[in-house]
Amino acid sequence: MSQKSRREFLKLAGLAGAGLVAAPAVALAGHPVAGANDEELGMLYDATKCVGCKACMSACKRVNGDYGSLSYEQAKFDPDKLWDAPQDLTGSTRTLIKLVKDTPKEWSYVKYSCMHCQKPSCVSVCPVAAMTKDKITGIVDYNKNTCIGCRYCQIACAFNIPKFQWEKAIPQIVKCDLCKNTNLKQKGISACAEVCPTGAIMFGKRKDLLAEAKKRLAEHPKQYVNHIYGEHELGGTNHLYLAALQFKKLGLPELKGEAPAEFSEKIQHTIYKGFIAPIALYSTLCFIAVRNMKKGNGHAEEQKKTDDGGINEPR
Amino acid sequence: MLKNRRKPMMGGSMSHDEYQIHKAKILTPAFWVLLTLTVIGFALIAVRFIWGIGAVSNLSDGYPWGIWITYDVATGTAIACGGYAVAILIYIRNKMHYHPLIRSAVLTSLFGYGLAGFSVMVDVGRPWNAYNFFVPSQWQANSAMFEVALCVMAYTTVLAIEFLPAVLTRLQETNWSRARSFLEKYHGRFGLDTPVVLEKLEKLGQRALWLQPRLDKVLIFVIVLGITLPTMHQSSLGSLLLIASTKLYPLWHTGFLPLLFLINCMFIGYSIAILESIISSYGFKRPFEIDQLSGLASITPYLTSIWLCVVVGDLVWRGQVANALRFDFYSAFFLLEFGLVATGSLLLFSKKRRQSPRWLFITAVLIVLGGALYRFNVYLIGFNPGQGWRYFPSLAELMITVGIVAFEILGYQVLVKLFPVLPRLHGHEVVEKV
Ligand code: SF4
Ligand code: SF4
Ligand code: SF4
Repeated sequence: MSQKSRREFLKLAGLAGAGLVAAPAVALAGHPVAGANDEELGMLYDATKCVGCKACMSACKRVNGDYGSLSYEQAKFDPDKLWDAPQDLTGSTRTLIKLVKDTPKEWSYVKYSCMHCQKPSCVSVCPVAAMTKDKITGIVDYNKNTCIGCRYCQIACAFNIPKFQWEKAIPQIVKCDLCKNTNLKQKGISACAEVCPTGAIMFGKRKDLLAEAKKRLAEHPKQYVNHIYGEHELGGTNHLYLAALQFKKLGLPELKGEAPAEFSEKIQHTIYKGFIAPIALYSTLCFIAVRNMKKGNGHAEEQKKTDDGGINEPR
Repeated sequence: MLKNRRKPMMGGSMSHDEYQIHKAKILTPAFWVLLTLTVIGFALIAVRFIWGIGAVSNLSDGYPWGIWITYDVATGTAIACGGYAVAILIYIRNKMHYHPLIRSAVLTSLFGYGLAGFSVMVDVGRPWNAYNFFVPSQWQANSAMFEVALCVMAYTTVLAIEFLPAVLTRLQETNWSRARSFLEKYHGRFGLDTPVVLEKLEKLGQRALWLQPRLDKVLIFVIVLGITLPTMHQSSLGSLLLIASTKLYPLWHTGFLPLLFLINCMFIGYSIAILESIISSYGFKRPFEIDQLSGLASITPYLTSIWLCVVVGDLVWRGQVANALRFDFYSAFFLLEFGLVATGSLLLFSKKRRQSPRWLFITAVLIVLGGALYRFNVYLIGFNPGQGWRYFPSLAELMITVGIVAFEILGYQVLVKLFPVLPRLHGHEVVEKV
């Protein structure tokens, strides 16, 4: 490669890398996760206490039905619409109780709803801040009045919690907001925790929930899997689980301790910090382009030589 | 050739020398086929707005992004990067003799981006809330999508401005013969007063004459903006999937996603510029622009080599080589993507092949397919939200995408016959007569 063509080539490569090569290097170097804020509100669901009565499910729909655009789901065998029978969290259902049978003797109920992550992916990715995390309570809330329905939150959430109303002409995202706008406001407790007859759902500050969970684990070590799900998962969640069956079997994925949002934001911030890189790129390019334009005339010959990126001999 | 370089300035001032209107019939059979596809697509879009996204698509809560985002947005904008790639070459690397290619490249980019924006409006559930992108209190700088959305909107505007000189030249030069004959035929039916309309049209021409030199002066800054913006949002299209660390298969989930997407759009861009030129030469029965094309083709192998090196280096570094060579579902798609790009580039290292329209065409197709497959792999094929979820686009979903693409080609075909877009032919006469 001739001297000149190498320079051309480097110019091109330089452009490709401008403001970018540095980014992954920084991000991949790894960094500690910020400590969790244990003052935030959450719930502790103890699967060993749950009797599967689904009072929480019906309370959730009763309380949040209008505000959260929830509705009853009909089962195929049920033409008279006697039961509400969701099969999964959906655009009509914020929380769900499922029975998981491992063997005929080993089974467990499990309750699904938003984990209210300490560092929520859904909040990190929402382009118009329709997903927000309350600074004090830590509640991850959704505002349909700003949401554009892009569903990026669904892509981002590792627990597949946000659901979309596919069958509606005016759809929205549906997810648990810890009754922030309904029961919590009125009664200071989430509806599902309020109605639970066995105390399987405990509502409170994360630190109290963690203390209680640890106490239960210490007092009845044989009864539980020795793990508080949500204590460290993805940087910690405010919704915590205790169970007798492996969490993976309950449909709660095995996850690392680092929040995905830490990783992605790190890269995004490195590229766009203070908007310096884009502005620098623009000014540099302007400089080059204007200079090229000015010298335009007399340099036809030189251009001809470098026409082909130096690979061809000059024609 | 030299005459061509006389004034290496921005679009408008040299347009007399460089570009010409392609004089041919507009209402060809191809036109009607494309129009039919477009109409079907838009009818299905109407269905989507009346009965919801679920009525036309196989999208689900596990696969909330399907073919619309993957093809129309993530891949379509890369394919529309011809304008970006050629602009870098001309204005940054100072290769003014590629200038004749820029207008057709800008036009396809304009269509590509405009329609990607349109597809997004079809895809999102609550498009009426999109004004929030302009409400500073709602801005969310952490979100790669916020960045992509703003840049794509800005870039589409920039492309429209870049295309403006073609429209202005046309307005100045036309004698409105088409409009005249149209008016003569139909003025009775619409109650239009022919002389008044024509007078208004003349005025428009005068305004264009006024605007053109002023536009020429600032155009370079717009053009450079048109290079900066794709650099930003093409890399951000890669950043979009950074968050999906638990869902995107590790072969593709890497911190280098933004860099890989950026280089990827550049080599797709050059290859598409080659394809476009060859296809329109063939379709419009014009001679091939071999010199410029082989010049373009000499750049792509370098870009692809960098890209392939980053891919391999990253896999080695993250210890994913075994996954890549497992020959299972994911590995197969990875190897296919990799192989297509690598084969296309290897072939292009030979100078002889770069001089042959056939090889230029074949290699460009290989590279575009490989590059596009990479984007499909990242957005769809390598994306696994967990057990129990499956996705394959429904027929209606596909037909909406087909309709949008058909509309794109249709628009291109019509506009090159109305405005001076294609490179001027030297020493050749236009083959077809009106
Ligand atoms: S579980 Fe999902 S929806 Fe809930 S806060 Fe975490 S990321 Fe958001
Ligand atoms: S769907 Fe709505 S809430 Fe979810 S990321 Fe998009 S705008 Fe935000
Ligand atoms: S906290 Fe409220 S919104 Fe969430 S599942 Fe319980 S009742 Fe439903």
